[in-house]
Amino acid sequence: MSAPCLEIEGLSATLANGVRVLRSVSLTVEPGEVRALVGESGAGKSMIGKAVLGVLPPSIRVVEGRIALEGTELGKLAPRASRALIGARTALIPQDPLTALNPSRRIGPQMTDRLVKILGWDGTKADQRIRKLLDDVRIREPDRVLRSYPHELSGGMRQRVLIAAAFAAEPRLIVADEPTTALDVTVQKQILRLIVELQREHGTAILFVTHDLGVVAKISQKVTVLYAGKVVEQADTAALFASPQHPYTRALMAATPRYTDPMASLRPVDEAVLAGLSAEIATADRNWKPNARGSGHD
Amino acid sequence: MILQRTLTRLLTMIATLFGVAVVVFVVIRVAPGDPISMMLPPGASQADIDRLRALYGLDKSLVEQFVIWLTGVVHGDFGTSISLRQNVLGLVLGRLPATLELSIFALLIALAVGLPLAVLGARERGTAVEAGIDVANGVALSIPDFLWGLVLILLFGVLMPVFEISGRVSPQLDLPFTTNFYLFESIVRLRFDLTANLLGHMFMPALALALPLAAIIAQLLKQSLKELLTLDYMVLARVKGFSETQVILREGLKNAALPTLTLVGVQFTFLIGGTVIVERLFSYEGLGNMAIDAVVNRDLPLIQGIVLVFALLFVVINLVVDMAYALLNPRLRHG
Ligand SMILES: Nc1ncnc2c1ncn2[C@@H]1O[C@H](COP(=O)(O)OP(=O)(O)OP(=O)(O)O)[C@@H](O)[C@H]1O
Ligand SMILES: [Mg+2]
Repeated sequence: MSAPCLEIEGLSATLANGVRVLRSVSLTVEPGEVRALVGESGAGKSMIGKAVLGVLPPSIRVVEGRIALEGTELGKLAPRASRALIGARTALIPQDPLTALNPSRRIGPQMTDRLVKILGWDGTKADQRIRKLLDDVRIREPDRVLRSYPHELSGGMRQRVLIAAAFAAEPRLIVADEPTTALDVTVQKQILRLIVELQREHGTAILFVTHDLGVVAKISQKVTVLYAGKVVEQADTAALFASPQHPYTRALMAATPRYTDPMASLRPVDEAVLAGLSAEIATADRNWKPNARGSGHD
Repeated sequence: MILQRTLTRLLTMIATLFGVAVVVFVVIRVAPGDPISMMLPPGASQADIDRLRALYGLDKSLVEQFVIWLTGVVHGDFGTSISLRQNVLGLVLGRLPATLELSIFALLIALAVGLPLAVLGARERGTAVEAGIDVANGVALSIPDFLWGLVLILLFGVLMPVFEISGRVSPQLDLPFTTNFYLFESIVRLRFDLTANLLGHMFMPALALALPLAAIIAQLLKQSLKELLTLDYMVLARVKGFSETQVILREGLKNAALPTLTLVGVQFTFLIGGTVIVERLFSYEGLGNMAIDAVVNRDLPLIQGIVLVFALLFVVINLVVDMAYALLNPRLRHG
């Protein structure tokens, strides 16, 4: 059996002051599978994505656990090698298309630079590849778009550009960090549909970060529910919606009455459930000591 | 729209120069010291003094004098130097190239030192390397350019004499130049022996002028780079597989340069102001050195001419900075 596309095992991270933001998180993403990572704001979803991509801010310290891409443990590689591996195997679809493109560079070079400078493709091949993907994301005037600066494109256009760029290098894994939250409601659905379409066509595995159960239902085969940096439940998406096991998951669903509608927003989760969970986490934190394995990870 | 902007810009420049002209004209005439009495031997008769005053137009009222001078300036006549008895415009233009070469060389040194330090400091943020750069910047900034000049003279002129400490070029050399842009011309004529000699003279005054500016560039640029480093497009570049140095150079530098640029422009005008004392210190035959002679001799027309040229330089530098800003910023470029 081949190694999972992404394997996270017992990952814990702390802030500079020692407060834990990730609590022994374990999850796997199999090749070609979409795993949703769902939780409220501040749960640590983006933190997990950044840890996988090796771009945690310096104030966050990984204190234990391992992350492996297709069986290669990142913490065991030299920083340069780990970055090269991440660059070759993964891609990021960021949350905010307005800030994810460099305002002073044209779109074209921003889309092709990974292909040419990191993966060593020749310019013509990279250009053809990008144009093919722009066509896939329904951009009809590739010449104009490639020559544009980011401020000349709408938010939806920019997100299409970023999606096309993410798929261009045929990554094995894409981390999509709430790729639709910054967009207009009408654009959200189109973008989501494009991501699903490209994901199927390319067979790319996606770790899909969202706080929206409606999106989870639409896009994922597997789901991980996160609360305060702790995995509370993981299951097949269908199974989770059919019979949620954890009280927090049930409370989260109750707070999103029309969770099949991606436009519905979260209402506050039931207080009693949260209180129970927080007490449980506080007890666990008191008894927690980072194990020795974590010291090898940078 | 563009025409209107250019026109406004031009009018502001002219108004600035006019303001400078008025202020200088009045200040040097109100300040104590009489150029005429300095020209004549002690005990000259009142009649001699009056004759000379009339010759230089100093017997007329302030307003009359100003109008006469300004009319001349508009027609390209800056008057005659009282102490040197030569055409002011010729004198000033003769010395300007020396000062321009010195200032631009100093700017290049400041960039060559400041840019890499900024990039290195941003890359090594939060480490001892960054702390070291901060300390070096602090030292460079807290010592003014002319004191750096003295320090450099002591170090590399006296203790370890590697550089020339006086003049612009060795006087015994035969100079084939047709303009006063010696350095530039020596390069164009491929006379690198002369280039080396000129640089040997220019290096220390230029370094003295450059050090504070280098520190400002290093500090400002490092700061704005560090602010950019957490932005999404920087993170995305790291995910793409670019190294930290590549991320800074490819994605950061141009955007960080924008906020730095304006201040560097202002600081460059300060640097040019600094040439006045530094040129004196190194007996470098530039405009600044001449300015001090002119002030000592109360040479009113010459002072006026020099100050006006300095003012023109500052105005032009501001214009260049604004144009560079627009060029670097695609938002401005496309309206
Ligand atoms: N650079 C940082 N320094 C210190 N704390 C941080 C930093 N970034 C995030 N945090 C904290 O870490 C926790 C997890 O943040 P994270 O961004 O992963 O949340 P999230 O689940 O992605 O939330 P959202 O839905 O709002 O994006 C939060 O409590 C947040 O305040
Ligand atoms: Mg987030």
